[in-house]
Parts: sequence; structure tokens; C-alpha cells
Amino acid sequence: MSVLVFAETQNNKIKKSSFEPIGYGRKLADLMGVECQAIIVGTAENASDAGLYGAQSVIHVNHGASVNFDCINYSKIICSVAKEKGAKVIVFSHSSSGKGLAAYVATKLSAGIVSGVNSLPTVEGQVLKVSKSVFSGKASANFSIDSEIKVITLAGNTIKPDSGGTPATIEQMEIVLDAPKMNVLSTKRQEGTVPLPEAELVVSAGRGMKDPANWNIIEDLAKTIGATTACSRPVADTGWRPHHEHVGQTGVAIRPNLYIAIGISGAIQHLAGVNNSKTIVVINKDPEAPFFKAADYGVLGDLFDVVPRLTEALKKLES
Amino acid sequence: MKLLVCISKTPDTTAKISFVENNTAFNTDGVQYIMNPYDEWYALVRAIELKEAAGGTVTVINVGPASNDIVIRKALAIGADDAVRIDTDPTSSMDTASQIANYAKDQNFDIIFTGKETIDYNGAEVAGMIAAMLDLPFVSFASKLDQDGDSFKVTRDIEGGIEEIGIQGPFVVSAAKGLAEQRIPNMRGIMMAKRKPMNIIPPVTVENHVTVDDYTLPVEKAGVKMIDPENMDELVRLLKEEAKVI
Repeated sequence: MSVLVFAETQNNKIKKSSFEPIGYGRKLADLMGVECQAIIVGTAENASDAGLYGAQSVIHVNHGASVNFDCINYSKIICSVAKEKGAKVIVFSHSSSGKGLAAYVATKLSAGIVSGVNSLPTVEGQVLKVSKSVFSGKASANFSIDSEIKVITLAGNTIKPDSGGTPATIEQMEIVLDAPKMNVLSTKRQEGTVPLPEAELVVSAGRGMKDPANWNIIEDLAKTIGATTACSRPVADTGWRPHHEHVGQTGVAIRPNLYIAIGISGAIQHLAGVNNSKTIVVINKDPEAPFFKAADYGVLGDLFDVVPRLTEALKKLES
Repeated sequence: MKLLVCISKTPDTTAKISFVENNTAFNTDGVQYIMNPYDEWYALVRAIELKEAAGGTVTVINVGPASNDIVIRKALAIGADDAVRIDTDPTSSMDTASQIANYAKDQNFDIIFTGKETIDYNGAEVAGMIAAMLDLPFVSFASKLDQDGDSFKVTRDIEGGIEEIGIQGPFVVSAAKGLAEQRIPNMRGIMMAKRKPMNIIPPVTVENHVTVDDYTLPVEKAGVKMIDPENMDELVRLLKEEAKVI
């Protein structure tokens, strides 16, 4: 019996964002008195690192093969490993690929599923109790899952991954796959920055910037603390910033540790995408900006003065 | 081309969220309902555009009680050809997906669309479930979808980027921002919608393994701490020592 954690890979390595669900899976496995196993598909040079974050063993499927992401084949792999290892709970990242895959796997295994779980669960006999944020962050719901096998996806920044474990033993497994029903024609990734859904620190700016040429002060601030940049919807819609930077209801929903909102008034649709951030700093010159009500720290002033001053203060701290 | 678009009804984004019966049920009092924006703005409109370009039909399907007819009529007014409502109040995403898959299984749809998630439970589960039940490939979070000969080119959002894939129907796709532009129904569409067929179908029985015990409202923020704009050293100190986020 085990808690099985699906570890995503990118550039032939376990993704950094997958260490958190591994750590979470270990905590859950300890609660249930079972083993925590990580499952990795395709090439992963750092497979044994899963152990550092809590996995007691790694099942490495089709090592060395290039396996394009496709729900049908990935689900086939995970379901057959889950059955062979007697998985009781399967944990996925609440990521672009994890969400759809988890639903696919849950269906194939007749498992109850809750996605976007954001706290440690409790175990009551056969029942797993989990919580997640609902109504775009305006409430939480507490669920009971009572199926034989349970599936959850874990929202990012729920626990702090701890790398104090030991490298895990790796069991290689080969599973014959069908020809994929879709072909990847091209992939474009933002290089050099942490993707927004995984970012711990986010610096975001809105219409108050007045002109896209003014974004250098935002980028300077972000670079100083290693933050990812984001923007509000109007800014993305007018083409000042790329669409993948848009956070909010129709854009990316994020839950970083720190969200700095600069020149963003804080419309409800924007708040829906960021209100799960642990700490929110709002910099705005309008005292009536609704964002101040959702903020932990507010700075009332002209962003063109305040932002460079904040960057300087942070640089002093770094040095 | 035969297209199916799954639509759901959700509380409006600006709705005040509260609960009744000891926090075990959503308080529907005074709540305005809308068609889930991802279903309406992106999934439905892109399906209609594909039909306009290549011919075919767009069917919308909703799992819910008669009070949902208002959003179904809106979908017909925007341009869907006919509608199906499975007459049950679904208890879980698995319930919703099972009802839709059961209807779609012998209908030979080329593409089944959903929105990327509903704005109430934000689960993003139903599309993957339908795909699994029908053994179809699933493309999540599509921001672009074009016909390309006898196959399709789809751009999907992946973590920190985008990926373009080639795929042949039938498949299931969930629609994200960018797939289409919102359409406002015109008077002619609204009048025509009244005469378009809506089939009410009884539900199948689905075993449910997930129940909501109760809801909690977020702890109110302690209130914003205002910092002197001249003194950013103080903000940095608070972020480091009090919030402990840098």
C-alpha cells in the first residue's frame, strides 16, 4: 500500500514544483502508515532526488524514452503502477498538465477526486478529509472522499518542501504505450524566470504605469528579489504586456508568498486570481483603490517615486 | 462538423458568497447567476465560429434543473443550434461528467468543448473525466484551435508557456482565454432561440465518492498596515521580519 505522487519532469529533470507534492505525499503516507512512492515517466537525471524530499522509493517508467505528455498514455502508466503497488491515494500537482491528468486517472480508477487541495488532510478510517479554495478564493470547502482509491491535486505553496531526506531507491519499469493520438508541433517557454503559477514572489503592475516603456522599474524590482513579473487584464488586453503575464479570474490564478501590486486598482476579477497570496503589498496613489482593503501592507504614493525607492531598499538588504 | 459544448451555470463573479444551514449549503439568496464565462466566451463562441466556417451543428448540454434553462436559452441565442439538459442537480464533478458522457457516447461528436474550469468550484475536472469515460484524447486549456485539413491545430497553455499540437477528432478540449472573443446575443438570436429544440433527458445513476462537509469563509485580513512612502526600508523590514516572505 502506498501514497503515489506523480512527479512532473521538464528538460529531463524532475520539476522543482514537483518536490512539494512529494513532501506532501510523505506527510500523508506517514499519517496513513503507508509508504510514499514517487512515479516518474520518461527521462529524469535527478530521479533519486525525489527521496531528498520524502519519497521512500521511486518508480521510474520508461527511463530514457522521450514520452510526450498525453492523458491517454500517462493515465495508462499511472493506473497500472497504482494497481500494482496498491496505491491508496494518488497526488498530482495542481498544474496545467496535472489537473486534466488527475481527472482522467480518477475516472479510470473510479476514484473520488478533489483538485486544488490547499492544506494537510486528515484521515478518518477509510475517509480522507481535505480542503480547497472555492468561489475563486472567496471561501473554502471541506470535503470527504470515501472511495477505495483517492486522487487529489495539490495547490502550489501549500507546504514548504524540505530536502533533508535521503536519495530514494529507483525501480525501473517498462510499460508498452500506444501511438499517441496527438503530436507536439512546437513548444515555447519563457526562459530564465519561474513560471507564474509556481512563483513564490510576484511583482505585478497595471494601468497606473501609464506606458509600457515604464516597465523597466518593475523589472528592476522583480530582478532584485528574483520575482516573476505579472500584470492586470487591461494591460495585457492593450498589448502592453504578454498575455501569459495576466493574473486574475480569466488569466492565471496564483498563490505566491508575496504579491506586490503596483498601479492596480484591484477590481474583483483581479482579486479572484490573487487573493490566495500569503502577503499582499499594494502601491497606489488613489486612497480609494479597493485593493487596499485586500492588502497586508499599503503604500499610498506615486509609484514612479515609490518603486525605485523600494528597489534600493531591497538592494541594501541583499548586500 | 458535429460539436458539443458543455455549459454550466455559476454565481456571477461579483456575487456575495455566504452559506446557510450551519455552513453546509451555499446561500442562493439574492445571487445572480450567469453562464460560466469560460464556457460562454471561449468554448461556445469558438465552436460556433468553426461551424460558421466549415458547416455542421453546435449542440449545448447542461446538467441541471429547469432553473438552468435561462443560461441554455442564452447559449442558443448566441448561436448554438439545439440544446440538451440532463434533468438532475449534480452532486459532484464525476456526476456531471458521467451524465454528459452517457449522452455523448453514441452521438459521434467531432469535438466536445468545456470551459477550462467553472468559477465556483475551480476544479477543472469535468473535461478530463468525459475524455476518460469516452476513451478520447484530451487537450486542456486551449487558447487557439483551428481546422487544418482533416485534423486540428491546437495551442494549449502549459506551465510558463504554450505548446502547439496536432490532433484528429474526436477529442475533448477545455477552453481558456484567447480561444475566441465574447459575443453578445442580438435581438434576432434571442427571438430564434425560443424556437430552437431543447431536449430534457432523465439522468443516469452515478456512484458518488466526494461530499462537501461544510464551507468556511476566509479569515478577515487584520487590516492594511499603511507604510510611509518615503520609508521603504520600513516596508522591507516588515516583509522580512513580520511577514517573513523575503
